[in-house]
Parts: sequence; C-alpha cells; structure tokens
Amino acid sequence: MLEIEDLHVEVGNKEILHDINLRIEKGETHVLMGPNGSGKSTLLMAIMGFSGPRVTKGLIVFKGKDITDMPVNERAKMGIGIMFQRPPTIAGLKLGKLLNVVKRGNDQTIEDYAKSLNMEALLNRDINRGFSGGEIKRSEVLQLIVQKPDFMLLDEPESGVDLENMALMGRSIAHLLEKDRHLVHREKGGLIITHTGYILDYLDADGGHVLIDGEIRCHGNPREILKVVKRSGYRECLKCPQI
Amino acid sequence: MPADIKGLGDLPQQEKERLRQTGLEEDMTKRAGSYFQINQEVIQAGSQAEGIEVLPISEALEKYDELKEYYWKAVPKEKDKYTAYVARQKEPRGVFIRAREGAKTVLPLQACLYLAAERVQHVHNIIIAEKGAEVHLISGCASATHNVAGAHIGVTEFYVGEGAKITSTMIHSWGAKISVFPRSAAFIEKGGTFLSNYVCLQPVKKIEMYPTAFLRGEGAMARFSSIVMALPASTFDIGSRAILGEKGSSAELITRAITRGGNVISRGHVVGASDGTKGHIECRGLILGDGLIHAIPEIEGKVMGTELSHEAAVGKIAREEIEYLMARGLTEEESTATIIRGFLDVKIQGLPDVLQKQIDAAIDAAEKGF
Repeated sequence: MLEIEDLHVEVGNKEILHDINLRIEKGETHVLMGPNGSGKSTLLMAIMGFSGPRVTKGLIVFKGKDITDMPVNERAKMGIGIMFQRPPTIAGLKLGKLLNVVKRGNDQTIEDYAKSLNMEALLNRDINRGFSGGEIKRSEVLQLIVQKPDFMLLDEPESGVDLENMALMGRSIAHLLEKDRHLVHREKGGLIITHTGYILDYLDADGGHVLIDGEIRCHGNPREILKVVKRSGYRECLKCPQI
Repeated sequence: MPADIKGLGDLPQQEKERLRQTGLEEDMTKRAGSYFQINQEVIQAGSQAEGIEVLPISEALEKYDELKEYYWKAVPKEKDKYTAYVARQKEPRGVFIRAREGAKTVLPLQACLYLAAERVQHVHNIIIAEKGAEVHLISGCASATHNVAGAHIGVTEFYVGEGAKITSTMIHSWGAKISVFPRSAAFIEKGGTFLSNYVCLQPVKKIEMYPTAFLRGEGAMARFSSIVMALPASTFDIGSRAILGEKGSSAELITRAITRGGNVISRGHVVGASDGTKGHIECRGLILGDGLIHAIPEIEGKVMGTELSHEAAVGKIAREEIEYLMARGLTEEESTATIIRGFLDVKIQGLPDVLQKQIDAAIDAAEKGF
C-alpha cells in the first residue's frame, strides 16, 4: 500500500532523513520508534506532503501511484489520513462544523460519531482551542473516524492521554485499523509513532522500525524492539539491524 | 425618488436584495419598528412596540422640547467639519427612537439609510433607552447598485439610562465611490449596557469613524465589535473609544480586519479614570492582499484601581492551519475560506440571536469572495 524508496528529506536546508526505505502492505500496521529528534515526525509529515519537509531525492508511492509531489488534499482524497501530535488551533472554526465538511455526504450524524468518543461537549468549541492533551487526541481520532482513510499516520497517539481514555483511544484506533476484522479481510493500514508502546496493548502491529539520526537502523518485530529498547536503549538497535 | 415608494417593499428587486444583506426586513412582523430614509427623504417611520417611539428627528424636535437635553450633547456640534455640516442643515433628517422607562422590545427596530442619487446624505439620530429599557437596533446602510458617487454623514447619539441596554448593529453595503463619515457617541449611566456592532465586508471608498462611549455610571459596560474587509481601493479608518469614568465600569473593543488590497487603520483607546474599571482592546488582522493593516491600540490608566490591556496581531494565515484542513481533504481554497470564515466569527455576548444571525448572514454573503 505504501512504498518509500531511497527518500531524502530536508527541513530548512538541513537533511533530516537519509535514504529511507520502507514498505507497508495492504492491511498492515507498523510502528516507528526512535529517540527524540531522530526524524520520525518529519517522515510522517513528508508522507502527508506538508510544506515544512522538502523531499530532495527518492519516491513515495501510495496504492501504486507516485505521490511524491502531490498536494496534501489529493493525498487525503487517495486515502491517507493523519493524526497530528500538536495540531494548530483554528479560531472560530467549530470542531462540529469541520466534521460536517469532512463527512461529505455520509449518512451517520456527527453526534453519533462524537458520542462514541465522549466528545459531544467539544463539537461546539473552536477546534483545539483550550483542548486538554487527551481531548486533542480524541478529537484527532474522531476526525479520522469521520474521514475514513485507508492508511493512517498516527503521531504518538498515547501521549497526554490518561489511563481511562487510553483504553477508549486504543480500541478506537484498533477499530480504525480494522484490527477487529479477520486478517484476510483487513484492508486498512497505518504507521504509528510510539515512544512507550502502550498502543500495542490494544492492537498488534505487523512490523516495527527504528529511526536513529534520520536513518532506519533496524526492522523487526515491534514487541521485540520495544523489549530491547526498554532494556538497553536505542544504542542496542545500532548493533543489530534485525531483531 | 418616485413618490410611490412607501417602504422597503416598493423598491426594485435588486435593491431589495442589497438591503436584505444589510439585515433589513421587508416583513414588518419581524421588526418592532422601522425608519426608512432614501437620500434626504423620510419614506417611513413608526413603531408597533409599546412604550417605544420611532419618529423622524424633525418631527420629534417639534414635538418634544426636552429633546434639547439630548440634541448635540454626546457628540459636540463643533467636533469637526462633518458634525458642523450636519448642524448647519435647515432641515434635519434622521431618526428619533425612545424607549420609555422599562419598555423592552423582543424584536429589533430597524433603520435603513439608502443613498440612491449622487449627493450627500446626512442624518442625525437620537436613540434613548430610559431607565431599565431595552432597545435593539439594526441599521442597514447601503447605496444603490448603480455606481453613484456620494457621501453619507451620520451623527448618532445614544443615551443608555440607568440599568438600560442598547444594542446597535450596523451593517454597511456601500459602493466603491461612496465615502462614509459616521460620528457617534454614547452616554451610559449606572448599570447600563451598550453594545455596538459594525460589519462592512463590501466595497466602499472610505469609512472614517471613531465613536466614543462615555461610561458615566457605576458598573456601566460598553462593547464595540467591528468586522471589516478592505477590498482594493477601500480605506477604513475606524476605531472606538471608551472613557471609564465611574467605579466598576468596563469596556471591550474588538476588531477583526481583513485586507485584500485596501487599507485598514484600526484605532482603539480606553481611558481608565476610575477605580475598579476594566478595559481591553483586541485587534486581529489578516493580510490577504497587498494592503495595509495598521493597529493603533491605546490604553490610558489614570488611577491605581484600573486594569487595562490590549492585544493586537496582524499577519497572514498560518500555512500550518491551511495544511491541517487539507489533510482532512479540503482543497487549499476551501481551507483558506474556512479559516477566514472562522476568523471573522465573533460571537457577541448579550446580542439577541436574530441579530447575531444577521451578522453571520452578512459574513456568509461575503464568503464566496474569500
């Protein structure tokens, strides 16, 4: 579903990502780990096509099509969705109004969607204005539920979420990624940045990658990677490209 | 003007549509009273609400001797050449509205000032809410669709009595060759509330105004909200001033300005002259074309017990906000329009729903131009 070939990305004339190669098949969810500042968020932003990161070399292919130079909204139309870690506040734009625009003709009401995430009270608020950390995450997930993308980029879905809401978030994300469907019927996929691995309590990931200093230094089983990192830190990943 | 025009309903369809955009209702069952002036001719004046009078100012001056106590009291005659011009007129025009003690309207009163021929339109309005009364006024000012050059000079004096409330919502739809010089002031007594809302998102040559609220009684409150968009060749020099003269009085001056190539000077001045007073100026500007937004907020504290603040921000739309919406599938144009619509969305506390809806509708009507 998503193939990244030999990708080099600069931010403000400095190369942040070097020679990234990544392949995620239809129905697969992968996790991306790595120390702070290693370039994880930059990679997600480059896949979505944001103007901050600039691709200087390489290809991003989605559903067999080269999307490297495609505008953000066309990528969204093709089925890529993103959960922001720190989304901007937009004054005067109500969350409910945005959801109605994103919904585009789909029958279910916004209220029904909101109820599933205890978000009804926030529909009438300016998007992200004064939202708590947990509310931001739930609002992001709610937007994705309404948008129904085929492939999701999730930037630290667990950060700032309290324990009670973590279960709600985890289950909602698992549902978005069709983890509740049988493997053979699963069509949706995603790439999740996680520091803590808590999200893995709610869904199984099909692959894991460790990004260090802008390079993917290790591929493998996500739980194994997490175990090694917890025990010996990311330095251990440098020694072992395959865990 | 043809003699057979007796009200809004008699105007040609196109002109009616234009006035509707300024919030004016043809259907008088939705309004408590109405005043309609084309050029210098008073077409209609009257009120159906109990305890509330709507009269042409000339008639009111003849009828009520006590009007002298209000005429040219909040706005001085000699303030500038425009007030002097209005004061010189042998035949004064404009509307007199008075809500007697305790009288309240559920429905708003409307005033329509329409400039159809190439000339100067002048008005002098007196709006009085006596003790405990409540008046909601919507004024639509517009010029005919065909491109006339002209000027509108309007003096308005508001008198908000003890515990009374006046809301004044003014929506402008002028032409590119019209210059507008409103000169207004409000006296607000103890516990009184004055809300003044101004919306102009259509072309105009020049608008120059700087209304003042004098908070003359304990706990009096004033709030000015302005929403303007300067198209190329439009100049807005707008501001508002509040003099917090009595204990516990407060004021808030809010402006949302967009330039698409025109010039906006946004002034604000709050004087804290008494204990326990609070004032705040907020100006946000979006530059969407090569125009100018110049915010000049002034706060002037004269006593220890006053608390004054201002915030002003001018810039373009953040790329991050546009891309946030694009990531949800909106095109760049849709994203930009959505953000601008949100930017202009100022919900005014204490304003009746029906008037907030008129403001929202005026913004919606301008939205296709975003």
